[in-house]
Amino acid sequence: MSRKVLLIEDEPNIAEAIRFLLTREGWQVETHGDGMDAVQVIQDAKPDLVILDVMLPGKNGMDILRDLRELEDMQNLPVLMLTARGQSRDREMAENAGVSRFMTKPFSNAEVLTAVRDLHAQASRL
Amino acid sequence: MATLNVLILVCLGYVVLLFGVAFAADRMAAAGRGKWLRSPLIYTLSLSIYCTAWTFYGAVGNAARSGLEFVTIYLGPTLVMVSWWWGLRKLVRIGRSQRVTSIADLISSRYGKSNTLAVCVTILAVLGGTPYIALQLQSITLSFSIFAEADPSGLYREGSSVFWVAAGLAMFAILFGTRNLDANERHHGVVTAIALESVVKLFALLAVGIFVVWGVAGGIGPMMDRIDASEIGQWNVDAGRWTTFIFLSAAAFVCLPRMFQVMVVENDDEGHLRTAAWAFPLYLLLMSLFVVPIAVIGLDLMPEGSNPDLFVLTVPLSQGNDWLAMLSFIGGFSSATSMVIVTAMALSTMVSNHLVMPIWLNMQEGSGSVSGDVRNIVLLARRVSIAVIMALGYFYYSLSGGGTALASIGLVAFAGISQILPALVGGLFWRGATRTGALVGLSVGFVLWIYTLLLPGMGAAWMPETVLQNGPFGLGWLRPQALFGIEGIDPMVHTVMWSMSLNTIAFCVASLLSFPSPLERLQGAQFVNVFDHSAAPRGWTGSVAQSEDLMIMTQRILGAGPAQEFFQSEAEQQGGRSRLPEPTPGFLERLERELSGSVGAATAHAMIGQIVGGSSVSVEDLLAVADESAQMLEYSSQLEVKSAELSRTARQLREANTKLTQVSEQKDSFLSQVSHELRTPMTSIRAFSEIMRDTQGLSAEEQTRYAAIIHDEALRLTRLLDDLLDLSVLESGQVNLNMGDDSLRSVLDRAVSSALAGTDQQLSVRRSLISERIPLHTDLDRLGQVFINLISNAQKYCDAAEPVLTISAHDVGGQVVIDFTDNGSGIPPEAQSMVFEKFARVGVDKVGGAGLGLAICREIMQRLGGEISYLPGQGGAAFRISLPLAYRQAAQ
Amino acid sequence: MTDAGDSARKPLGSKPSLFLERQSYRRRRMTDAARLLPFLGAALLVIPLLWPDETVESQAVPLSSAIFYIFACWGLLILVSLFFGLTARRLGRRESPEADAD
Repeated sequence: MSRKVLLIEDEPNIAEAIRFLLTREGWQVETHGDGMDAVQVIQDAKPDLVILDVMLPGKNGMDILRDLRELEDMQNLPVLMLTARGQSRDREMAENAGVSRFMTKPFSNAEVLTAVRDLHAQASRL
Repeated sequence: MATLNVLILVCLGYVVLLFGVAFAADRMAAAGRGKWLRSPLIYTLSLSIYCTAWTFYGAVGNAARSGLEFVTIYLGPTLVMVSWWWGLRKLVRIGRSQRVTSIADLISSRYGKSNTLAVCVTILAVLGGTPYIALQLQSITLSFSIFAEADPSGLYREGSSVFWVAAGLAMFAILFGTRNLDANERHHGVVTAIALESVVKLFALLAVGIFVVWGVAGGIGPMMDRIDASEIGQWNVDAGRWTTFIFLSAAAFVCLPRMFQVMVVENDDEGHLRTAAWAFPLYLLLMSLFVVPIAVIGLDLMPEGSNPDLFVLTVPLSQGNDWLAMLSFIGGFSSATSMVIVTAMALSTMVSNHLVMPIWLNMQEGSGSVSGDVRNIVLLARRVSIAVIMALGYFYYSLSGGGTALASIGLVAFAGISQILPALVGGLFWRGATRTGALVGLSVGFVLWIYTLLLPGMGAAWMPETVLQNGPFGLGWLRPQALFGIEGIDPMVHTVMWSMSLNTIAFCVASLLSFPSPLERLQGAQFVNVFDHSAAPRGWTGSVAQSEDLMIMTQRILGAGPAQEFFQSEAEQQGGRSRLPEPTPGFLERLERELSGSVGAATAHAMIGQIVGGSSVSVEDLLAVADESAQMLEYSSQLEVKSAELSRTARQLREANTKLTQVSEQKDSFLSQVSHELRTPMTSIRAFSEIMRDTQGLSAEEQTRYAAIIHDEALRLTRLLDDLLDLSVLESGQVNLNMGDDSLRSVLDRAVSSALAGTDQQLSVRRSLISERIPLHTDLDRLGQVFINLISNAQKYCDAAEPVLTISAHDVGGQVVIDFTDNGSGIPPEAQSMVFEKFARVGVDKVGGAGLGLAICREIMQRLGGEISYLPGQGGAAFRISLPLAYRQAAQ
Repeated sequence: MTDAGDSARKPLGSKPSLFLERQSYRRRRMTDAARLLPFLGAALLVIPLLWPDETVESQAVPLSSAIFYIFACWGLLILVSLFFGLTARRLGRRESPEADAD
């Protein structure tokens, strides 16, 4: 079964790097660059895992996550959140919004891969 | 024989020379060059407008009639100058610290900025000045007629020549006296031209004197013998006239509007007085050195009944020395012109500031703030006043028809203007002097002067013979020339004695009996103790909302550039980042002083009062005056003021608190923005460099592509850091502006080519080269940076199929306005207010800068004294840049 | 207007020391002298009024002597004023500028 990750990130270069990494790990990577319709896109794509940026045009990553968790079938979807702002307040907010893992940019590739593997493993165990 | 035509040519040539000198001096002063323009020598020479045509011609005439009496007119000013340590120093210091524009302004400012007093002084000055101007016109005409008599062609017509002389002088005064509303009212051009004229008149009189002593009499010894042998050869001076005239000339020297203009208003440096204290008496001594010899030789040589007032001209002519007569004519001409020009300037300042402006301001009342361009109105009022004053002088001359001995008109004017003296001296040295006292004293002196001197002197039409003989209504003790029945005094001495003594007594008594307003007391303390505190304690209270109104008003009076500069520096001094300073009492007071330099103290006070709504006096101010008397009275008002002050302090604390909170929030959000902008490119760099390090078997294509991404992101980081540094330097105000001069056109040329360089030139730029021929004095590189930013923004964001950027420039109300308009869809209305904020980006384009470009532009424009704004509704994105014009900057 | 009035207005807290430095002392006295100058001038210029005039035919003062006297007084005033001006500048340069406001 192919594992699908949805990457919501507006910086094309960062998106490309993550796509490169995960594709080599055997993931099917879909990307989306806008925050406005992100919730709909996630619902439609039904990914195994979501990587979500915080600063997005249209709608902020925190709000997307909050809206997502309101939806019934999205309670347990693993969401890895990436932020470039890196303030402790952001981490708290993300945890309150129901994030699965929170990472600060810049990250090492190994960190991302480990996080994705862990999250996927946790999700599959449920 | 010199013909009249030659004479007129020489005159015109001389006037052209004066114009040239005045023009060059103005240019040099504007360019900040010409330190010698402000030297003590020029100052001393400019004081010599005291020596008018009356002294040039009339002194010899006076000497021929009454011997040494003429010298009193020079001795009075000498005494004033050597006593500069007493009075003049104080007068000049006050004049400078209070930005006084005229003698009327000084008096009004001292007595609580009373415009009534200013109007009285102005009327007095105009009444006294008009005959005096007529006298100068008469002297020029008389000297013309001397040459005309000798000219066979006989084309000379007296009336028309006076008219043209008056018109020419008015034009000169208008051109150089009212070119701009300088904040401190200094006119380097006029002053320099006058200094030149004083050299000319001194040289001319000395030349005639030397010719007479060595050329005609044959040396000093024989000259002295001839003097003793002449009809005026013995010491015969009336004691009353001698002392009265010394006193009168001393008083007039200080009070004459034109003397006040050159001595106080045009003074650049208090230290100049030290030099003038000996140099000006020396000038006067040289001017009078040869007066008696010329008079004696004139009496000897000239036929019986010839006019002794013109000996200076006729003696050289009779000896066949035409060139000397010509020189002497130019000397007299110089004396007359310089006096008329400065008098017209000084009087016009008074008339416009104290008569026209208050009336105009009254008509504006009710509209809350001032509308219309006040500067133009002030300038127009001055120009018209000059013309009217000259016309008055001309008509006075035509009506009186000349004829009276020159000296008597001058003395009448002296006696009139000296009525200001008690109010002036009392104001400088006595804190108890009040407005009521000044008004009463001035009126008493004024009425007595008119009644005992002016009207009797104007002939039977004005003062019937019966009144002169028997007094009005037969009241003998009111006879104009023998008040209170005391007869047998010389009329001039009689007037001076009665008017000055009654004026002084009335002034003192009314001052003692009346009670001054707080503002009067403060001004009084400031004037009398000017050396103790040159910083003035005076209270205005205002609220923040009024700053903008004040700014609008100030721009209209000072012009946009200087006004913005003044407000900016005040705001910086207060430590605020906003462009408008808080209306603190200190700021308002400095503003008032700045304005009073243009429109006079009373008007400036009224204008600020209109906006701020009444002045209040602070506790310190009250304490400063409380040591005198009436402490109980002030106690209650102190309490009142104290509570007002407390609430003001509370308000200021609240405002400071809000501001601090805002600042801290802004700083947080700024830091998190910076963090975001730095981390984003770093993420890409790190990810791709790890990919390149850890991944085996990357294709060559992939390697190149990833390396390119790393490179681009590194560049993005560098750009961001550059922008951040630039912005922080600009915001901290530590930026050094590298001012230079160039035309707008070449700055734009450079910006366009550098913004479009290395791109595919999609954007076409439309310009109108003719309207760009505007000289700029600014930091050209910084301005170029702003232009480049706007052009590359248009290039990046303009979404039209064929993007076009139109750049247009205009000169609007003393500002250069440059609009950059593109044909794209523009910036959405909700984002327009944000475009100049840091990290504000419109749309999703991430390739561009970090969103700091326009924020930097805004900071740069603020430093350059200009502005950048977004113009909504122009079809596309439109930005407007406004800058102060070059010459206004240079004139600072 | 007098010195006494000036010192009375000074705040008590910053009472100046009783004796001035030699330099300031010189300067003060120089200022006093400069202030006296106009009175000297006025006195000199009033003296001619005491002279007999031409009504007393035998003793009348010839105009040349009068001219000489007046211009000599005038020149004297100018010279003394020049001297004060130069001294004031010299002292002013050596001292702090605020001493000017005595």
